[in-house]
Amino acid sequence: MTERDDDRADALFHALSDRTRRDILRRVLDGEHSVSALAEKYDMSFAAVQKHVAVLERSGLVVKRRDGRQQMASGDVNAVRSVSALLAGIEQMWRGRITRVDDLLASDSPSRPVDSP
Amino acid sequence: MPVTDVTTDTENLTLTITAEFAAPVDRVWQVYADPRQLERVWGPPEYPATFVEHDFTPGGRATYYMTSPEGEKFGGWWEFTAVDATSSFSFRDGFADADLIPDDSSPVAENRYTFSAIDGGTRAVYSSSFGSADDLQKVLDMGVIEGASSAIDQIDALVAA
Repeated sequence: MTERDDDRADALFHALSDRTRRDILRRVLDGEHSVSALAEKYDMSFAAVQKHVAVLERSGLVVKRRDGRQQMASGDVNAVRSVSALLAGIEQMWRGRITRVDDLLASDSPSRPVDSP
Repeated sequence: MPVTDVTTDTENLTLTITAEFAAPVDRVWQVYADPRQLERVWGPPEYPATFVEHDFTPGGRATYYMTSPEGEKFGGWWEFTAVDATSSFSFRDGFADADLIPDDSSPVAENRYTFSAIDGGTRAVYSSSFGSADDLQKVLDMGVIEGASSAIDQIDALVAA
């Protein structure tokens, strides 16, 4: 891993650590929204919502484009997947361990009455 | 499959896996209390684990190494922070060198394992938390020794994303 990749992972996790940003992300993953349409729903200034969108954009989770006077934001599904992929790698390791516990237990005397009431 | 649920908490960098085993709680607990049984489940078959110490008490430590097919040793350590037979135990775990000297530059994970009786056996809940995304990545990098090639693919996916 290069330092740049580490910076990128930090940006991803930082972006997802805020409730409003997660909500914005859910909405723009459903489809493109203008930043002003996003801002209407929150009890905060347009500028504050714009800042949240900028954090999401820096992490790569959201892509922005200009449409006339509007700023349009949409979500990048692949970037979202990459976050959970890190934890999925650890899950893979755990599944192996659990399978081995199961095998070890199964190698005990088969007459063990675990299923009897 | 004995795994019944997987929960990933990306905000707190925590992975929780629930599994059910067809054996009583006492029997499942024994797997973790007995180093000879533990070493049969901790390392993958191609990287068998050997526990050198296993002081299964609060404040106690365990040390182990896994041996690669080429004979290379990868060390690790546990520090038990709570042990409540037979329902739960918590420990910190980290990496060590081949001589089992803890590697202070490596990430440390916080773990909590709980066991409860269910109809027909035991429900085990394994929870691991990592300090930062960086720590999580380092653990995955070292996950090569678990033979988890998929983990490497996923790092590639992150880099490519």
